[in-house]
Amino acid sequence: MTIYSDTILEVKDLQTHFFLREGVVKAVDGVSFRVGKGEILGIVGESGSGKSVTGFSIMGLVNKPGKVVGGHIKFRGDDLAYMSEEQLRMLRGNRMSIIFQDANVSLNPVLRIDTQMIETVLAHKDVSKDEARKISINGLKMVGIPAPDERINSYPHEFSGGMRQRLSIAMALLNEPDLIIADEPTTALDVTIQAQILYETQKLCRDRGTSLIWITHDLTVIAGLVDQVCVMYAGQIVESGPVDDVLDDPQHPYTIGLIGSIPSANTRSKKLYQIPGMAPSLLSLPEGCTFRERCQFASETCKSVPPKIILSDRRAVRCFYPKGENAAENSATISPHEEDVQ
Amino acid sequence: MTLFLIRRLQQSIVVLLVMSFVVFAGVFAIGNPIDSLISPEATEQEREKAISQLGLDQPLYAQYFVFLKNVSRGELGTSFVHNRPAIKLILERLPATLELTVAALVFAIIVGIPLGLLAGLNTESLIGRGILSSSILFFSLPTFWVGLMMILLFSINLGWLPTTGRGETVEIWGIHASFLTLDGLRHLAMPAVNLGLYPLALIIRLTASGTQETIPLEYMKLAKAKGLRRRRIIFIHLLKNIMIPIVTVIGLQFSVILAFAVVTESIFAWPGMGRLIIDSINLLDRPVIVAYLLVTVVVFLIVNILVDILYSILDPRVRLGGM
Ligand SMILES: Nc1ncnc2c1ncn2[C@@H]1O[C@H](COP(=O)(O)OP(=O)(O)O)[C@@H](O)[C@H]1O
Ligand SMILES: [Mg+2]
Repeated sequence: MTIYSDTILEVKDLQTHFFLREGVVKAVDGVSFRVGKGEILGIVGESGSGKSVTGFSIMGLVNKPGKVVGGHIKFRGDDLAYMSEEQLRMLRGNRMSIIFQDANVSLNPVLRIDTQMIETVLAHKDVSKDEARKISINGLKMVGIPAPDERINSYPHEFSGGMRQRLSIAMALLNEPDLIIADEPTTALDVTIQAQILYETQKLCRDRGTSLIWITHDLTVIAGLVDQVCVMYAGQIVESGPVDDVLDDPQHPYTIGLIGSIPSANTRSKKLYQIPGMAPSLLSLPEGCTFRERCQFASETCKSVPPKIILSDRRAVRCFYPKGENAAENSATISPHEEDVQ
Repeated sequence: MTLFLIRRLQQSIVVLLVMSFVVFAGVFAIGNPIDSLISPEATEQEREKAISQLGLDQPLYAQYFVFLKNVSRGELGTSFVHNRPAIKLILERLPATLELTVAALVFAIIVGIPLGLLAGLNTESLIGRGILSSSILFFSLPTFWVGLMMILLFSINLGWLPTTGRGETVEIWGIHASFLTLDGLRHLAMPAVNLGLYPLALIIRLTASGTQETIPLEYMKLAKAKGLRRRRIIFIHLLKNIMIPIVTVIGLQFSVILAFAVVTESIFAWPGMGRLIIDSINLLDRPVIVAYLLVTVVVFLIVNILVDILYSILDPRVRLGGM
């Protein structure tokens, strides 16, 4: 493991809530993590667990009825809560940028690619339009768009899905930011292109020392490609740690379930493990541990809020019975994956 | 583009043919014009003579073919009343009506889009809600009543604006236009605003709802995430997208407003086609009615082609050749 000294981003006890007629949705409920310079952090969780809202909160993109109601986001040492709107604007797309899940809807359909790229450069750099165009063409070249000096004059719909996602990656990289948040940017693409784009993006970030937050619902994608991983469930981080540690020795029953549901070579003969039940509605979360209704180890104890157990410097889990150990009655039914480890 | 124009021209001719028949048959059905044309004291013989002179004794299809033949030569018959070519009567007055219609639309666009944006961006605030509720008012108030109230206020009470006519006009390309002189503009202002209230309300509502629908979209979020200034996000990213439905509706409304102009023209004594057509309908002056309807259809077809071209400029996903 590399030791990362400079912290680019520090999120502390972040709370982002949506105030709906039906009640308050705590989409992000006390999330903390840090990202070092050049580090790649993975955020993993089922759909609806609050991954995107976490990313939007950092970028200042949470719209009504949502609001960041608590916690701190420190970017390069500055607390974003104390910045003016103009200061935040100067950070967005410049020092920190985001790649959205679906480039089919995140690029403006009626504006040409050159318009959408050049404006991104001009919003932050005092250069001529020609210069901005050169930077943009260069950006397209970097993400592997063929004939970029011609293709830059096209509209988004004139590209294939994979190429469109490359366009939005190129846009995020344009001003060489310190941090990129990639919000499931390959989910809409087919598997081969997914892996390729993920690999290339991470290479670009490593080469430039850009920090990256890679959001995904698919643990397999990030194995070996991220440094740190945070597992999110119902707006909270239930487990975090270096990716190899988490994958090899998952602590939280939810993580164990997520890994159990990965089809891998040695589960061939066995039934694929599925986490029972569905992701709960954030409007009616169970008291105490939010996972307990789907957890095979849950007991009466789990009706109170589980402790955050610090396992090591960078490793933590939020559970009464990590790995199901000491769980009173159910300890016989161990996750099928347990035997696979080692 | 050329292919598109040729195809649209062909379609337009078909529409025009169909319309000409519908119009002709419709007018044929509304009554015998002869009664209003000759004096009641005329003898049966005189009456017969007049009827055969005007060709009114021929069957419908025969009259229609005569009419078509004349149309192809650019003749739409002679007004029974004015004893002048009907098409001339209409074309003389068309520019005034077009000017009024276009002025009304320009007013509606210039005022409506900013107000609609303001309302769409501030739906919660008093301004936003105020704009939206007053637009409902513009929808529901009758045009002629508003026109009379405007005259009462601006002409009679305040004495600011003249009540009748086009004022001083300037001739460009052989057509008289009011909007190029100050006096003409003063004459144009009230009727244009009066006629423009309905499209104004429409544009305000369309812009506001378009804004509200567009704001939460992903590309708007990305525009903000790229650190663009708010001005650019609204006037480029937002506006260019909502212009597409607005242009469509304006195009469709053009002919409606052209027809509405009749009312406004009568109130403000605007010398357009409106007065002429009302008189012609009263007197069953068929050639003039037919000429008016056909000219209106032609204007409508031209506007539609222009809208399609504009549409393809605004929305790159629309390809003209494919239509
Ligand atoms: N615009 C919104 N309005 C209301 N609730 C929202 C909105 N966006 C997100 N949420 C709530 O936040 C939760 C987390 O959403 P999100 O972060 O998008 O999940 P994901 O982990 O799939 O990215 C959702 O389940 C939803 O309840
Ligand atoms: Mg998401």
